[in-house]
Amino acid sequence: MQLIPCPWCGPREEAEFHYGGQAHVAYPGDPSALTDEEWARYVFFRENPSGPFAERWSHNAGCRRWFNAVRDTRTHDLLAVYRVGEPMPEVTA
Amino acid sequence: MTSSAQPPGAHLPEHPDFLWDDPEPKSSYDVVVVGGGGHGLATAYYLAKVHDITNVAVLEKGWLAGGNMARNTTIIRSNYLWDESSGIYEHSLKLWEGLEEDLGYPILFDQRGVLNLAHSLQDVRDSVRRVNANRLNGIDAEWVDPDGVKEICPIVNTSPDVRYPVLGATYQPRAGIAKHDYVAWGYARAAHAMGVDLIQSCEVTGLETSQGRITAVETSRGRIAAGKVALCAAGHSSVLAKMVGLSLPLASHPLQALVSELLEPVHPTVVMSNAVHVYVSQAHKGELVMGAGIDSYNGYGQRGSFHIIEQQMSAALELFPVFARAHLLRTWAGIVDVSPDASPIVGLTPVGGLYLNCGWGTGGFKATPGVGDCFAHTIAHDKPHPFNEPFTLERFTTGALVDEHGAAAVAH
Repeated sequence: MQLIPCPWCGPREEAEFHYGGQAHVAYPGDPSALTDEEWARYVFFRENPSGPFAERWSHNAGCRRWFNAVRDTRTHDLLAVYRVGEPMPEVTA
Repeated sequence: MTSSAQPPGAHLPEHPDFLWDDPEPKSSYDVVVVGGGGHGLATAYYLAKVHDITNVAVLEKGWLAGGNMARNTTIIRSNYLWDESSGIYEHSLKLWEGLEEDLGYPILFDQRGVLNLAHSLQDVRDSVRRVNANRLNGIDAEWVDPDGVKEICPIVNTSPDVRYPVLGATYQPRAGIAKHDYVAWGYARAAHAMGVDLIQSCEVTGLETSQGRITAVETSRGRIAAGKVALCAAGHSSVLAKMVGLSLPLASHPLQALVSELLEPVHPTVVMSNAVHVYVSQAHKGELVMGAGIDSYNGYGQRGSFHIIEQQMSAALELFPVFARAHLLRTWAGIVDVSPDASPIVGLTPVGGLYLNCGWGTGGFKATPGVGDCFAHTIAHDKPHPFNEPFTLERFTTGALVDEHGAAAVAH
């Protein structure tokens, strides 16, 4: 089973984690000002790259905290993990 | 060497004719279909057959029908909830019913019926509602109680003494399975016979536009000019659309399946269960074919995590205790393009001459003939066929979603 390095607990088995999709998707600053296109983009459209992808994980069966990871979607290699609020680190795939 | 000197058994017949050629790409085509899976081959077939457009190339980066067409669990049904879905899936099922004759090729289409099990009171209510919706749309559907389930598929455990007891099921008798490879070969052979070029080992690396219109595709085998380009790339649709700056509301996930060793016929139908995340049939050859739910994370690697297989096997064992002694033969994964409302996106794009067929997620195989026919119509007329008109990219902006999570939810 794949090990995921939780930034709080260290490497743990994947089954302890819950996936949260793309990271760094901020709630709109002024929701009432959004057009339909902008709402659609916020609600439905996410990056779907073949390669490095910044995404959220929750260590559900561990510390129960959310964190971010950069993972290569082709190989499933975790290239970096970082805590919420930290900027996405530079990675080389 | 004379024939008399050959050892016994070496007198083999000539290799039979290939079902299709392996041509060099021409410099230009009227229509280039990207993706040589079931949908791409069917689209090319109906373009040639129905619309007389034969200057067509199907480009495939690997080998024909080696992606999801080789990896699905071959279930065919049309018991979806909404009118929009009923239209396209039932259209497809009707084409399946005549497909062997149409293609002149055996596809082992077998209408053995599908049971969609209900395990909770909410499941029961949703299922009965779906049965009623199906019947209003002229689709064969009935609600069967646990005894009825047992009658249709005797090996299902309908005992009340399990974690997820079977409270009943929807039953669509006209549903069934087909031999996925034969379907692809049948379409490829027939398309080739009408003049379509099937080009393998040809990866699209760029899409060329001029003044808002598609003009060519860049490929690993050179530039190919194209009047129109039709994307049938399933899990890789987002990557292709991005080449023209188009974002799609899709997430590409691994979806796993497995087969057992060959067994005597024990499973007479198709059984699906949303609650315990498994769907099972027995292939003609004898393997039990089981599909899982998608892996949670995005992935392009055509492999998934082992715990998904474990969950799927435990669910299968609870439903079918008789499987306890079956051995697993192999597992695999495909890349499925999951859309937010579990319905496909089939139609025009903001780029002139570029057409989109994606978002089928976990359920694209059953749609192969139907979407091939409707997508070919869309390309030929530059206008959606009535059956794919509701499935636009714009619906995510207008809000006119076609939410099929109930009918498609086994794997989503």
